[in-house]
Amino acid sequence: MTGIPNTDGNGRRGAAGEEIRIGFYVCHCGMNIASLVDVAAVAKEAAKLPHVIVSREYKYMCSDPGQEFIMQDIRENRLNRIVVAACSPNLHESTFRGAVARGGINPYFFQMVNIREHGSWVHTDAAAATAKAIDQVRAAVARVAKHRPLERRRMEVNQAVLIVGGGIAGITAALNLADAGKKVYLVEREPTIGGHMAKYDKTFPTLDCAACILTPKMSAVREHPNITLWTYSEVTKVDGHVGKFKVTVRRKPRYIDEETCVGCLECISACVFKTPKFEDEFNEGLGKRKPIYIPFPQAVPPLVTIDPETCLKFKTGKCKSPCETVCDRKAVDFSQTEKTEEIEVGAVIVATGFKAFDVTRLPIYGYGLYDNVYTALEVERMVTSSGPTGGEITLRDGRVPKSIGIIHCVGSRDKKTNRWCSRVCCMYSLKLAHLLREHTGADVYQFYIDMRCPGKGYDEFYERMLDEGVQMIRGRAAEVTDWTMSPEEEGKLVVRVEDTLAAYVRRIPVDMVVLSTGMEPAVGADEIRRMFNISCSTEGFFLEKHPKLAPVETATAGVFIAGCCQGPKDIPDTVAQAGAAAAQALALIDKGYVEMEPNTSYIDPDDCSGCKSCIPLCPYHAIAFDEGSKKAVINEALCTGCGTCVASCPSGSISQNLFEDDQIFSEIEEVLSHV
Amino acid sequence: MPEKPKIAFYWCASCGGCEESVVDLAENILDVVAAVDIVFWPVAMDFKVSDVEAMPDGSIAATMINGAIRTSEQEEMARLLRRKSKYLIAYGACAQLGGLPALANQFPREQIMKFVYEESPTVDNPARIRPQTKFAEDGRVATLPEFRNVVRTLDQVVEVDYYLPGCAPTPKLLAKAVEALLTGDLPPKGSVLAPDVALCEECPRKDSKPTEVAFKEFKRPHLTALDPTLCFLAQGVVCMGVATRGGCEAQCVRGHMPCTGCFGPTSRVRDQGAKVLSSLSANVAAEDEHGIEKTLAGIPDPVGTFYRYGLAASLLRRKVSLR
Repeated sequence: MTGIPNTDGNGRRGAAGEEIRIGFYVCHCGMNIASLVDVAAVAKEAAKLPHVIVSREYKYMCSDPGQEFIMQDIRENRLNRIVVAACSPNLHESTFRGAVARGGINPYFFQMVNIREHGSWVHTDAAAATAKAIDQVRAAVARVAKHRPLERRRMEVNQAVLIVGGGIAGITAALNLADAGKKVYLVEREPTIGGHMAKYDKTFPTLDCAACILTPKMSAVREHPNITLWTYSEVTKVDGHVGKFKVTVRRKPRYIDEETCVGCLECISACVFKTPKFEDEFNEGLGKRKPIYIPFPQAVPPLVTIDPETCLKFKTGKCKSPCETVCDRKAVDFSQTEKTEEIEVGAVIVATGFKAFDVTRLPIYGYGLYDNVYTALEVERMVTSSGPTGGEITLRDGRVPKSIGIIHCVGSRDKKTNRWCSRVCCMYSLKLAHLLREHTGADVYQFYIDMRCPGKGYDEFYERMLDEGVQMIRGRAAEVTDWTMSPEEEGKLVVRVEDTLAAYVRRIPVDMVVLSTGMEPAVGADEIRRMFNISCSTEGFFLEKHPKLAPVETATAGVFIAGCCQGPKDIPDTVAQAGAAAAQALALIDKGYVEMEPNTSYIDPDDCSGCKSCIPLCPYHAIAFDEGSKKAVINEALCTGCGTCVASCPSGSISQNLFEDDQIFSEIEEVLSHV
Repeated sequence: MPEKPKIAFYWCASCGGCEESVVDLAENILDVVAAVDIVFWPVAMDFKVSDVEAMPDGSIAATMINGAIRTSEQEEMARLLRRKSKYLIAYGACAQLGGLPALANQFPREQIMKFVYEESPTVDNPARIRPQTKFAEDGRVATLPEFRNVVRTLDQVVEVDYYLPGCAPTPKLLAKAVEALLTGDLPPKGSVLAPDVALCEECPRKDSKPTEVAFKEFKRPHLTALDPTLCFLAQGVVCMGVATRGGCEAQCVRGHMPCTGCFGPTSRVRDQGAKVLSSLSANVAAEDEHGIEKTLAGIPDPVGTFYRYGLAASLLRRKVSLR
């Protein structure tokens, strides 16, 4: 006992005077638990604990008969508290709470003990694992006696959905939701939607024209009455929680009035720069653009954008601005400033895509050193008829290549760079091989580690490329060099590789090298992740709630993920995942309400001194200072039960349902009772 | 005429300030003396321990013990007075929480002895003589009490009925406590006889505290020119008021010094220092490790700041060094 008397152990806020009658159940989980933990011993020890009336073991507590035990015992033995030792509460807490409620008592008169993930699955010593399980059970039995009845709250759900990222994933999800009648805000960082897919020429394995299948969807987004499209915009702040996220979006100035511009592009022709001079991001730097530009002709929205970094009006102030005078709709507006939009949505789909591996990290392949080494994305732009070369494959020195080497796994399956397989490179490399042969008739070599073509029609496509005469050399390319060793290598790039099928080291001279870059988390993925409170795996891709059973949900309720932000994938998988995310978001908001756990915090106004320490700490802005009473007040509807205020209240005047001090201390005391 | 209730005062490891606070009742002490019989008060009146031993058990209505418990003699006296008293009251921060003497719980006994009797700059003891619990010369034996390993609160030694907080308790609280004892209008056993709300509630500077206090640095009051009207925390000065029970009427703040926490935590808090640490550090503005370290460097003695009075009563109680 310390000098501080605990005014009231459990009476003040607890149900007074009732006799505590606890039922205890330990689950074998087949052999998952019982193979290591002596469940009979656990049940036997639990039976000796105070207030425990019933103590049972059963093979599968989560099964119907298992739940029936609980319900029956509540009725027959007048139990008023239940403890189940089984798997993770993540899995079955709601199952057992349901059984407890059906048995006729408040579902929060229940405590779950995890002896599987915290026990049998992580230990090898049976006796120690059993002893630990008994300690955990003792803590739970002590705790549950102090539980109080609680009610779940229902909260209305905002019917709008925010989609972050306007690539094929974001577009698909937006159209699905908008077609279902839901309001969608689609926020895209670039001046146009379309993402990476808009840059591709054709898609594997069917060789559909990417633009032909994508641009109608882009237009549909623009025209959809339920979609508000904000391009050139970024999410900067997210508050709130499932059902009611408050989101701040920063809209960068494009110096063009979006309402009046019709995309006639006359301003671009009028620009004082008569020829395009600046690196064109959309064409991977292969082409040039003017300071006033549109990323590509089918861009959505079809609006021009002025780049203040290159525009003379911004750089020197001395430009006659013919763009402004030529526009009869007066859409050019140099005074435009950044705008901030604040919206409220019920759910969020994050579809922020990926970044192609930066090939300069692997100087051994000569990118930037030799003119004729290209990245796969550059080649995509080159083979596109609307691209910077009009579909001509012309090397930087003006030649048409007669031989081309495509190097796989650049920034993939490599301990030096990225450990993971990017899943799409084998297939797009085969596709590029086909397109390059089609355009140039060149000999194409594939330097691959393993040919990974597991998809519908994918392996068939590989067979087809073999038939078309694409040369397959199995081995990770060691080096690209211009160090020639024979007359036939003269003037060419040499790919050095160990041909692991032929079992010798080869030198393949080629005119052009294509680096098949892998996928990495997008630039800014970390900031997005923090804003939306999404976890990530070690490589930085966003983490789904469950790799098999909840692939588009995240640990944050109401936030879903789709596309390559979750991990490398191809277009069909991206579209499927986006559809799944849309369906999950729809299921969430269409119901109209969410049930909130009652584990909220609360302040006894008699206890609060009004020191305000808690107010700035609440991540959900759920605490306000009441000027009348001079005390802090918690808005229960906004509280998510994170516990930050409870831990930080310096006078201990904030408590949290299900995490009351006496409940937690009783657990700690029991766990440590034999120390 | 019925016999007047008997009252006793005793001191353990303390500075004497608590005794002073009884005298601070000023002329009101006459009312107290008129209403009660003071049967034992070593600091002011000449009674012997044998007088107390001679009293029947439970015959003292209330004994107020101030000071923490460090020696075997203090333990014995606490036990004796517990036996003789109906109510035992922990009087002041040292008896309630360990107080300043309990800061010694950061150091092992041997280190304290070595410093006090050998290394302290004011000590001249070349023979390294240490006090002995027993010393005999010419057939006479002198004894000293044992110096225990740790400093304890009164309720870590004997059962305590009530607590009067403060370093020292204010005369107002003492007068109220005496009145409650005389009338029998007492709160549940174990209560602290002071309000159960943190000091901010009665602080004259409460309204000047902004909602957002993001600490960019911590300043020490003696090194900083401070605004005499603005909340100390708003000025980056550690003020324990947020984590400290009120009832002192914010005397320190009215004297332009921040609260140092002597009234201890509210009944809802087990560890005052941990609570205030949790609150202050959560409100540090910096988010990177380096920035946080730089900000916290403004609190050079965290134990002495956050556990100035409460170390013995805290969850940790003392520092233990691995051998």
